[in-house]
Order: sequence, then C-alpha cells, then structure tokens
Amino acid sequence: MSPQAVKALEPASTPSEFIRNFCIIAHIDHGKSTLADRMLGITGIVANRDMRAQYLDRMDIERERGITIKSQAVRMPWSDDAGQSYALNMIDTPGHVDFSYEVSRSLAACEGAILLVDAAQGIEAQTLANLYLAMENDLTIIPVLNKIDLPAADPDKYALELANLIGGKPEDVLRVSGKTGMGVEELLDRVIRDIPAPVGNVDAAPRAMIFDSVYDAYRGVVTYVRMVDGTLKPRERLQMMSTGTTHDLLEIGVSSPEPVPSKGLSVGEVGYLITGVKDVRLSKVGDTITHAQKPATEALPGYTDPKPMVFSGLYPIDGSDYPILREALDKLKLSDAALNYEPETSVALGFGFRCGFLGLLHLEIITERLEREFGLDLIATAPSVIYEVTTEDKKVVTVTNPSEFPTGKINSVSEPMVRVAILAPKDYVGTIMELCQSRRGSLLGMDYLGEDRVELRYNMPLAEIVFDFFDHLKSRTQGYASLDYEPSGEQEADLVKVDILLQGEAVDAFSAIVHRDNAYAYGVLMTERLSKLIPRQQFEVPIQAAIGARIIARESIRAIRKDVLAKCYGGDISRKRKLLEKQKEGKKRMKMVGRVEVPQEAFIAALSGETETGKGKK
Amino acid sequence: MGALPLGDPAPTDGALPASASIGSAERPFSFYLHVPFCRVRCGYCDFNTYTATELRGAKQVDYADEAIAEVAFSRRVLDAAGVAPRPVDTVFFGGGTPTLLPANDLARMLHAVRDTHGFTPNAEITTEANPDSVDEEYLQTLKDAGFTRVSFGMQSAVPETLATLDRSHTPERVPLVVEWAKKVGLQVSVDLIYGSPGETLEQWQTSVDAALSYGPDHISAYSLIVEPGTKMHRQIRSGELVEPDEDLQADMYEYADQALAAAGFSWYEVSNWSVSPETRSRHNLAYWRGADWWGIGPGAHSHVGGVRWWNVKHPAAYAQRMAEGISPGLGREVLDDETREMERILLESRTAEGIAIAGLEPEARREIPRLIADGLIEGPAALRGRLQLTLRGRLLADAVVRALVG
Repeated sequence: MSPQAVKALEPASTPSEFIRNFCIIAHIDHGKSTLADRMLGITGIVANRDMRAQYLDRMDIERERGITIKSQAVRMPWSDDAGQSYALNMIDTPGHVDFSYEVSRSLAACEGAILLVDAAQGIEAQTLANLYLAMENDLTIIPVLNKIDLPAADPDKYALELANLIGGKPEDVLRVSGKTGMGVEELLDRVIRDIPAPVGNVDAAPRAMIFDSVYDAYRGVVTYVRMVDGTLKPRERLQMMSTGTTHDLLEIGVSSPEPVPSKGLSVGEVGYLITGVKDVRLSKVGDTITHAQKPATEALPGYTDPKPMVFSGLYPIDGSDYPILREALDKLKLSDAALNYEPETSVALGFGFRCGFLGLLHLEIITERLEREFGLDLIATAPSVIYEVTTEDKKVVTVTNPSEFPTGKINSVSEPMVRVAILAPKDYVGTIMELCQSRRGSLLGMDYLGEDRVELRYNMPLAEIVFDFFDHLKSRTQGYASLDYEPSGEQEADLVKVDILLQGEAVDAFSAIVHRDNAYAYGVLMTERLSKLIPRQQFEVPIQAAIGARIIARESIRAIRKDVLAKCYGGDISRKRKLLEKQKEGKKRMKMVGRVEVPQEAFIAALSGETETGKGKK
Repeated sequence: MGALPLGDPAPTDGALPASASIGSAERPFSFYLHVPFCRVRCGYCDFNTYTATELRGAKQVDYADEAIAEVAFSRRVLDAAGVAPRPVDTVFFGGGTPTLLPANDLARMLHAVRDTHGFTPNAEITTEANPDSVDEEYLQTLKDAGFTRVSFGMQSAVPETLATLDRSHTPERVPLVVEWAKKVGLQVSVDLIYGSPGETLEQWQTSVDAALSYGPDHISAYSLIVEPGTKMHRQIRSGELVEPDEDLQADMYEYADQALAAAGFSWYEVSNWSVSPETRSRHNLAYWRGADWWGIGPGAHSHVGGVRWWNVKHPAAYAQRMAEGISPGLGREVLDDETREMERILLESRTAEGIAIAGLEPEARREIPRLIADGLIEGPAALRGRLQLTLRGRLLADAVVRALVG
C-alpha cells in the first residue's frame, strides 16, 4: 500500500516518465463520480470538509442527473512503494454517446483507462462503446468492479465477463468501492504500475491538444489541453492550428481540482489555459494549439467540427419570451460549441429557433437548461435528422426541417444511419428484435457477453431512434436494456414528407419525413390526435394527412351546431357578458390556421402525444 | 342562476349614481317580483329558490309584506336619484313558484307596485305557475287582481321526461289549466325544456305537438343546461343520467321552430315564439332592449340606466334587511359606455327585430359579409340595414355575438 505523496511534482518541470494520464470509462450510474471524489480525498488534494458529492461535476444539472456533460482534468500526487512521486492526471470524460467526439478527444489525451463496471449490473452498451474507442486508441485498460459493498454485487460473475471482453484473467480485475474507499489505493498503485508514461518531444515546437473547452462567467473560456510536444509558458502568443487565429496566453496551470497557475506545461502534462476569449467556438475541442512565432508544421490528427445529428424547433410557449430565448441560446452557445441554431417561424407555434444537437441527450439537456436557468417554458417539435434529397433535375438539397423538403419530383433521398448496440438479458432478445425490425433495423450480429447477457448489433436509420425508440426499448425490457449508437454513414431510402392539413392548410409543425411504409400510420396517428384536440368550429374541419397532393388519411371535426345560451333574462345578462369578455381574452391565445381557431395547448398536446385533454367544451 | 356575479358592493341605502337617471324618461319601466319558494327542488334547477326545510327562519307568510316594503323602497331610491317617475309597463312574477303563495298575496304585491308607481294603460302582468299549484278559482282571483298573462311550466308532455326533471305534475294537468286560464281571460304561455337526459327527438316532438294542441298564445322553449352544483350535475357525473347531447338539442330546436311556424307562431327571440306580435312577452323584450326594471326579492336583479345590481340571496337575509329598513342590494356594477354597447349587441341580436347595422362599430360591420356567407344572418335583411339571425344563426348566436364584439 502506498502512502500519499509527500511532495507533489511541479508542473512544467515534471519529467514525463513520472506522469500518468488516465480516464475512467463507466456507465451513467456505475459510480464514476463517487470514485473520482474518493481519489481526490485519498490523494489529499480535497480536504474532507470541502468534499461534496460529485466534486467534479460543476453544473447543477450534472449533479442531479448524475452524469458528466463537460469533462475536467485533475492533477493528483501519488507515490510508488519506492517513494518516487508521480503526477496522476485524471481526465473525466462524458459518458454519453451524444458526446462521443468529446469522449474520443479525452481518450486521445490519455495513455490508460480505468474501465469501471457496477459489480451488481455488469457492463452496459455505452461503456462497451467507449471501451472500444479506448482500445482503438491503444489505451491500457485497468478493469475495475465498483460497488462491491452492495448486497446484490456479483463480482465473480462480472469479473469473468470483463476478462472475456478485454482478455486477461478474472483475478486481475480490481474490486473497489468508491463509497467506502475499499481498494482505491491499490487502484492508484495500479495506475502508476500499468499505465505507460506519455511520450513526446520536449524540444519540438509545442503542440497541445484541446480536449475540452468550458465557458466560465468570470474567467472567459477555460481550455483544457494535453501537451503532446514542447512546452507552453505564460504570456506566450498562441495560435489555433485549425483557424490560424492567435491569442495571448494569460494564464496556464493545472486543476487540483481548483485551478492553480503554473510556470507552464510540458510534454505529457495535462492542464488548463486561459486566453481571455469569451466564446468556446474560438477554442474548439480537438484543435491543436501551438506557438504563434514558431508554430508546429503539422496539427495533431483527429480534429473535426462538431456535427449536429438531430434537429428540433424550440419555441417559447409564451410568444413574448422569444427575445429571452434568443439571449439564452446565445449564452449557452458560449459554453457549448456543438449547439447551433437559427431563427425559424411556424404558423402553429410562432417564432422560435431551429436547433441542431449532437443527439437526443444533448437536446434534452439544452432544453432543460433553457427552462431551468432562464425560466423559459418551451415546446420542442419532433426531432428530425439531416436528409440529402436529390431532385429530378439532380439538385441536392440538405433538409433538416420537413418544411425544406423539395416539393417537386424526387429522385432519391438519403438518410443518416447508425450502428446500434443493445445490451440486455437474453430473455428480451425476441422483443428487442421485433422492435428493431419495426424500426427498419437490419441485424448485424449478436453475441453472448456472459451466460445470460446478449449484445445485439443493428444498422438502423437515425431517424428511427430519435423519437421514442429508447422509451420503447426500456419499457419492453423492464428497463434492463442499454443502448448505444454511432454514425454509420448514409443510406438511400423510400422516404416521403407527410403533411398534416387543417381545412386544406398544412400545419408546418406536424409535417414529418417518414418511410413510405410508415406514412399511413403517421397520418392516422396525427389526424386522430388532432381531431380529439381541436375544439369544434362553426364549420366542419377536415383534418388530412397528405403526401404531396395525395391524401392518405382523413378525419373530420364535425361542425358545432349549437352555441347559444338558451335563457338570457335579469341576472343572466351580467354573467353572459362576463363570459363573453372571458372568451374575447381566450381568443387572443388562439392560433389561426386559415379560419380554424386552434388553442395553442392543442398544438402542444399533439406534439407531445397527450390526447387525454379532450375537446374544449364551450 | 347559480352564484351571484362579482361586482362592487352595493351601498346600504341603495343610492343610485346620477348617471342612472340620464335618459330615464324615454325608457320603459318594468317590475320583476321574485318568489323564492318551491315545494320540492327540481334536479336541474339552480334558481334562487328554497323548500320549506331550507328557509332558516324566513317565513313564506311574511314574504308578501317584505316584498311590498321593497316596492316602497324602490320609489324612494328612484326619486332620490332623480330618475323620471314613470308608470310601470310590465310586471312579472317569477320564481321559485309564485303560485305557492295565496293568490291574494300576489294580488297585494301587484297592487303595491300599481299604487306606488302606477301602470300604463295596457300594462302586461304575468305570473309563472306550476300546472299543479293552480286551479280555476286561483286563476280567476289573479285575473280579478289585474293579471293579464300566465306562464305555465309545462316542460314536457312525456312522463319519463317529467320524472327526469323531478317535475311533480302529470301531463294531463296541463291542458286543464290552460283551458281554465283561457276561460278566465288570461293570455297563456307554456314553457318547454328540450334535451333532458335520455329524452329522444320523438319524445320532444310529442311535447311540442301537445303544447300546440292546447292552443297557447306563446311558447318558450329552453334547452336544458346542466348547471354545476345541481343534483342533475351529480347524477350525470356518477353516470346515473346521460349527458345531454348538443347536436340532438340542435335537432330538437329545429323541429320546434318548424312545428311552431307551421302552427302560425313566429320567433321573436332565440327561445320565444308567439302567435301574434300582440302576444309577445313585453316583459322579456324589456330585458333585451335595455329597459329599466326593478327586481324585488331575494337574489333578484335590477337594471336602471346602466346600473345593474342584485339582492342578497337568502330569504332570511332578505327578510332581515327589509326589517332593518336597509337596502337588500348586495352587489352592483355601473356599466361604462363600451360595456353597455356590448350588452346591447349581446341582447338585441337575440331578437327577431335584430340590430341596426348602421349603429355598429366599423370593426363589427366588417364581419357582416362573413356572417352572411356562413349563413348565420339573413342576407336580405342585412341589405335593408338590419342584422337578423337565421335559424342556423339562432343556434350559434353566441358565436355571432363573439364575431361582432371580438
């Protein structure tokens, strides 16, 4: 057992052989943050009295959901049995597939990874995906079972499962409890012993890879980097290799876990730097930082711009909140380079923004932050993906919103595909296959991970999983299935745009691009839903679903025939007048589609699938 | 009627603002006398009425004198406000069941109005009556006291429907009382209710045809409204009764209008038909034309020159106020010009005479072509400058009003 390091090594003058860079790969609730907190305590960099649960997760929303959205890096001292001090850099990675690009950059900053698995649950699909990424990056993997203090823990079973997955012997799998601290010191020893030291050229022009970029209201953008070659020092002028923009280096240092300025960062080290920029887009994850005066000639590999995969229209329920929404998005954008948006107008919903997200969780997090941090009530349109539509005259149109779908003859439509991995107990294989097939999935393969757990791999259109796939998967497997997906190119498909028409007028918010085989079902679903939600009018209101000019489903709302107070004498008059005044007010909240008065609540309910509201009674 | 509206508190001396007197000399003047007693409470009824067990110390025998005290009070208040003294053109006794009181009580109350304010030469004096609470002698007494008209709560000719409504009379009673009323020289109206839970179109047709066969001068037909707080509301919620269907009610209305027209009746308000212009209820028209009226009794509403007020609801509270000589008025509202105009449109549009289009605001006039196109108002009448509802428009009158004031 190793003592705490007596003397921490100085940044910028730590030989790389005494540096260990590692991350923790874990599923959402498998205890990564608890383990990280425990490490901060054991290495002595966070005093017990300052400890709060999930120290590293800064945002409230992260703490509440128990997940890490933005990664951080912490430098911790530890020493081996011989008394040699080491600097351990723990890089906290986002666990969710929506942020897989950020995960891949975090992994690229490490030489090793702790694979942390709940000893009562076994490995989950997302962990498997990240493990795959780590192994592809040639990281040394330390398998660890967590929560061994739980009564339901079955460490022998899952140690075997892990050994089968990554090779090696079940007894090499460490058993720890982040909660009690059991086994954590051995784990730190293993980090020093097993994970290779970083390798780089001290004398070369500096190259630092950005693996995270965080907006801080007081300090501006804080950029987290891994030095690959050379050294960076305060007050030097830096250059971003992807854009050529230059910035002054105002502060450089390490997190421990509070920021501690240093004399610089050298080969293999991990730390932060501040240049005074206010917008994370000027300091993008994956980019390489070098000297402005003597720049490196070649950027580090692997940089890509974050590409939104899922699009949704966000509208304030109260139209007068539009300026607040705009400001809120502008603010979130400072800390989230992957978020993009542009103004959009909808007949049904008024003014809003078309927003692009990395995935569904990203969408959910952004809408939740908008509602929580900015007090907005929002309605989000059904998520959509990017389609490439080739028209008859060979023009290619990129469609992220059904309203952009070309109206004329279409030659072909291609849609993004994803490779989906689902882990579940074997009893659910049948029902999962049924679900995936109904979502146009094609089976790629199936593997047993242990005696009773199966990994199913499918190739599926992204559009099929963005809406309610995960909900269905969870409910069909009593919550046991876990899901992971990654982009796997595009595929042509027989896709059509279905419009929903109210009295002959298309309601933009309900248009959808769907596979021709599902068009009828979508049309029936939406027309039925709306026929229940829209109050009767003085005239019959046909509700139709159409592909182009062809009607595929139809409902109608019968005309209201009686709308009159039978008695109107004496005291009825005041009451009647007051009712009328109230109706006048109510009319202002109605949206007009042609001559049809639709309460905003009906649109919202239709989009969210709540139909129990029933018809508005006069 | 249900809950009283929200308004400002009424002054304890009942004093009216000066605005109430403006133009009063030109406005007709009416009296409504409320009689807040019933033998049983009908399941659908939310009117301000009480059975013997609900009276909490108020006494039916004292009621006529309390009401007479308010008649005297009305004179003082109107004079003090400078409202022009005018003979009363119409009087209406409603309830409750006015005919639960002895005919002499009704006569004394009526004479108090006559002696206090005077009557116009042709004054219309009506009372509501339950078919089973009057006989020929009772009706004769009313006629002798000066009543000119009686309105029977027939509601239906079908026993099942009467049972659903908790009405205690038998269908056979109605032709008898109508006959007696006619014999003593009273004009006769019958009230019908359509769209009761479970009532079929055929049953409704039976009732309309029966009512016509008795030869009344006037018929009112009201769709049943299930008011919150009533027994019927609870019965529908619990599934004991089926909820009335508005589309069926529309069919029933259309049948009534057609059958009544065939029998020589014309509609003059959404729910009212008469055999001749002379037998229209002038009292009803007074409400719809913005006349002045004073409502006597618990929960009664009054309107004088744009001031609406209403009395305390419970007979015991009312009795106490009258005993203490303070105004029974509980709340009131003084309407501004815009609100009065809104009420005018709301009320006059319901009448066959309709509204002069030239008097409407430009925004309201812009709605006229649409209303014609939608078949809600009569095109030819609109060309002559009147807004008059079509049959379809009568059934959608509230929508028409919303278009005009929206």
